Amino acid sequence: MRWLVLSLMVCFSGPVWAEEAKPLAEDPVVEARLKHLAVELRCLVCQNQTLADSNAPLAEDLRREVREMLAKNMSDQEVIDFLVARYGDFVLYRPPLKATTTLLWVGPFVLLTIGATALVVTLRRRARKVVDVPVTDEEQRRVEQLLAEGGKRS
Amino acid sequence: MNRFLLPLSIFIVVVGFLGVGLKLNPREIPSPLVGKAAPDFSQPHLADPEQVFAPADLKGKVWLLNFWASWCSGCKTEHPVLMELAKSGEVPIYGMDYKDQRDEALTWLRRWGNPYPVVGVDEAGRVGINYGVYGVPETYVIDKQGMIRYKQIGPLDSETVANKIIPLVKQLESQ
Repeated sequence: MRWLVLSLMVCFSGPVWAEEAKPLAEDPVVEARLKHLAVELRCLVCQNQTLADSNAPLAEDLRREVREMLAKNMSDQEVIDFLVARYGDFVLYRPPLKATTTLLWVGPFVLLTIGATALVVTLRRRARKVVDVPVTDEEQRRVEQLLAEGGKRS
Repeated sequence: MNRFLLPLSIFIVVVGFLGVGLKLNPREIPSPLVGKAAPDFSQPHLADPEQVFAPADLKGKVWLLNFWASWCSGCKTEHPVLMELAKSGEVPIYGMDYKDQRDEALTWLRRWGNPYPVVGVDEAGRVGINYGVYGVPETYVIDKQGMIRYKQIGPLDSETVANKIIPLVKQLESQ
């Protein structure tokens, strides 16, 4: 009988502990989606932090809003649209390709192309400057003589 | 001479970009809400939580909506400017007490003066999120149709009030 009670206690104490150690999130699916989404979003107060990293009160509020929206089964895109409508493209770490952001997206590639072209042009020009000058027999003898003398001195 | 012309011109262009960059304020993020309808809300009054403050009550008027809080130091800086503007009677300034304690907000207004005919309470910061507030104080100019016409990020100073807010309000009033 005692063993039965003990084993029952052990059996039932497990879930009780699990209850206590439950993560803060109500719904792990929502929390996983929030985590995934929040690293793509910029905190507007600490501008170089993501919404996931920031402890600013606004970031907490925005996480709460996003969590609620996700709990209501809204898609990631709907959540992003909600934030962009209020804070502009700035909340996105990956700004969309638009007329105003073309320089941002295309700029680095333009610079890369300019650099590569300049490199190729310079190398070609330099290659053309180096001209083969044949050494005459007289010069060849002189070189050998100088080398021989140098060898002696050292 | 020609050798130096290209690097020099590149240098000048880069310096030009950096110079423009220095003048930009990264804190000022252009609001996508300017030119759009002011988000609706109905919040309790700070002075009397039984009463409700909603933008619909102000249709047909040009008004300012000022997000502030007793914990916000920029709001203290801005406060004399608001008092001055309220006294001039050019435009009514409605307040939104953002993420604040009621008694502290009331004490703050008693101590420094109250430029607002009505202050709404946004304890959870939800109205703030709908208006794209990311740092108080922020001030919105809202026209007769309930459209946001201008957003001031950070404290208003008397220069901005004289050069931007008042001319804009006058223009909107005449529409």
